[in-house]
Amino acid sequence: MNEIIRDLIIAIIKIAVVMGVVSLGVAYSTYLERKVAGWIQSRLGPMRVGPHGLLQPIADGLKLFIKEDIVPDKADKFVFYLSPLICLVPAFVVLAVIPWGPGFYITDINIGLLYIFAVASLGVFGIVMAGWSSNSKYPMLGGLRSAAQMVSYEVPLGLSVIGVLIFAESLSMVKIVEKQIETGVWFIFLQPIGFILYLICGLAETNRAPFDLPEAEQELVAGFHTEYSAMKFAFFFLAEYMNMIVVSSIAVVVFLGGWGSPFAFLGIEFSESFGVIKSVLDFILPIFWFLLKVSLLMFFLIWVRWTFPRYRYDQLMKIGWKVLIPFAVLNIVFAGGEYTLYQKLDWYVFYPVSWLIMTLMVIFCFKLIKNFDRFSKSKILEEGIE
Amino acid sequence: MEAKQREGFGTEEIVVNMGPQHPSTHGVLRILLTLDGEKVTDCEVVIGYLHRGVEKLAEHRDYKQAIILTDRLDYLASMSNNLAYVLAVEKLMDVKVPERAEYIRVIVAELQRIASHLIWLATHAMDIGAITVFLYCFREREEILNLFEMLCGARLTYNYMRIGGVSEDLPEGFIERANKFIEIFPDRIDEYETLLTKNRIWIDRTVGVGVISGEDGIDLGLSGPSIRGSGVRWDVRKAEPYSIYDRFDFQIPIGEKGDTYDRYLVRIEEMRQSNKIVKQALDQLPDGEIMAKVPRIIKPPKGEVYRSIESPKGELGFYIVSDGTSTSPYRMKIRPPSFVNMESFSKMIKGHLVADVIAVIGTLDIVLGEVDR
Repeated sequence: MNEIIRDLIIAIIKIAVVMGVVSLGVAYSTYLERKVAGWIQSRLGPMRVGPHGLLQPIADGLKLFIKEDIVPDKADKFVFYLSPLICLVPAFVVLAVIPWGPGFYITDINIGLLYIFAVASLGVFGIVMAGWSSNSKYPMLGGLRSAAQMVSYEVPLGLSVIGVLIFAESLSMVKIVEKQIETGVWFIFLQPIGFILYLICGLAETNRAPFDLPEAEQELVAGFHTEYSAMKFAFFFLAEYMNMIVVSSIAVVVFLGGWGSPFAFLGIEFSESFGVIKSVLDFILPIFWFLLKVSLLMFFLIWVRWTFPRYRYDQLMKIGWKVLIPFAVLNIVFAGGEYTLYQKLDWYVFYPVSWLIMTLMVIFCFKLIKNFDRFSKSKILEEGIE
Repeated sequence: MEAKQREGFGTEEIVVNMGPQHPSTHGVLRILLTLDGEKVTDCEVVIGYLHRGVEKLAEHRDYKQAIILTDRLDYLASMSNNLAYVLAVEKLMDVKVPERAEYIRVIVAELQRIASHLIWLATHAMDIGAITVFLYCFREREEILNLFEMLCGARLTYNYMRIGGVSEDLPEGFIERANKFIEIFPDRIDEYETLLTKNRIWIDRTVGVGVISGEDGIDLGLSGPSIRGSGVRWDVRKAEPYSIYDRFDFQIPIGEKGDTYDRYLVRIEEMRQSNKIVKQALDQLPDGEIMAKVPRIIKPPKGEVYRSIESPKGELGFYIVSDGTSTSPYRMKIRPPSFVNMESFSKMIKGHLVADVIAVIGTLDIVLGEVDR
């Protein structure tokens, strides 16, 4: 009995720590977004609240808290209240299986990755329900767009990591990381195409530019959350950044060696030379590496957002179904062959061969994409003339 | 507009009211879109939310006072509006403008064209989702506004031109500063182009969107960069040279297909050409008077006149009737390029998607102050 209570308390503490850290992380990722956007656009970003605007996220949060909560008269009240929660909760629940460091995770289940995809895909319900329950036209268009988009991009997202699963021989997040540290090879080197596919689909899954159609400001005002205000809006906002963190974390775990040190292959062990504080460093360093990699990926997502224009709805669907899914399937076939080679060949033969094949694959696929585009362009042209 | 019910799945078309308050209708334009899913099947443009009756107001002002009314037409290109109006009155009165004033007019008009095109590029790119271009363009426009502020103290509505010349001579330091700007500006255009011209997404979003053929464009009265994108070589600066445009060496860029991408390329190239004109004008700038001898009270002879110029948006014309006895125009009719260009909108947009509506509004480069007058 005592053991159960002890386990329970430990679990609750872990959850509290992870929730607390991540919530703060989410708040500050909005700060990061605004700062990076500012630097990219040759301005300063938030500077007023606190030194270099460091307290800005807190001020924003407070503001959203005390704002008037407006509910449209004709809205379906229950669904209207429910949808922000449906958006936010899966994003948090997914964190349960993400390992931050050796032994530092809420739980490790043997279907980790599957669990993540299953839970994360629930988020789209929140958006569709928000779009529908607002009883307004722009949110409805936004909701429909996102339903189509997220359903289509879930498929290549799932397919893109299968190549890694073949190498990892497990769905457990911890095992995937341990395998990479054990062999000393991050899966990005074995599955670069999978990584790129994952990033593209990740952008689409989190509704980030260039795939931010559901909330395309210039077209649909604010998309599915047009009618939302105050804390309910903040929930959608939180969910978006939460999803960014989740997508980056999964990418780090699956492709970038999780908590493994990026200098491990050089044989450098940072903690060894310090003697007494070795145990402390052993605990902190992996988490540091993990967070560093996540932040770098987050930076990448932000960078993309402020650089590219937005895709159009039909183009987005075309890329999803006609380019990404066939490519992802091809990558799985390739991964099967690659695994056999990986076990049979020495590394200096294996890498040139596999990278050569991958380059050929990419060239082949780009040829295909070009053909698709030429076809559709002339079609649009005809439509325009008639 | 009636949304019609379709058979089968029980889907129906919806009517969406885009504007007058909408992030990308560039002011207070209102468009009623009938949508079949995301596809636009019909559209109706509603204008007039910014109507102030400029033409009627001019009948109750004297000729000099009407200049400030023209400032408020296309508020992104006040200098061009001023120029078109004063040219019309000068033609009516047969006034010879001093050389230096002519050069100054060309310099400010071309700088104004650059500034106006910068706003077009900024908002057009932002509508399509490239937000960073927006701030880059405003950075350069700021410098042009600073130059104009040096010149006449105002940053938006300049009221700078006068009948017979310009109100102020170039202040000290203006030429150096303008030279500095035109020196760096081509590099800045290259910077925008690296972000857009060869960008895969930009090409996908603009090629084949809002196509209009040259013949259709002429029929609908399209003018300015919008029709040059369709391959029609019509620029008032070359066709009926006014002021001293025949003295400068510049080209008129034209497109081929008449889609949004071609119009984009045309306007980008126009900025380069304008830059070239400003450079030549600054080099050749003569000394001398900036105002012709015109009577204190302007009372043109009886008659009517039409004078048009190539404003950044297209052909901007003023038709003025004088009864010969009054100090204010008997009638002033404006041919605003934005208003006439809007005629092509419905044709460009039918059958396209909602996202393209935004792209087409952007590519027509309308200013509602001018559409509604």
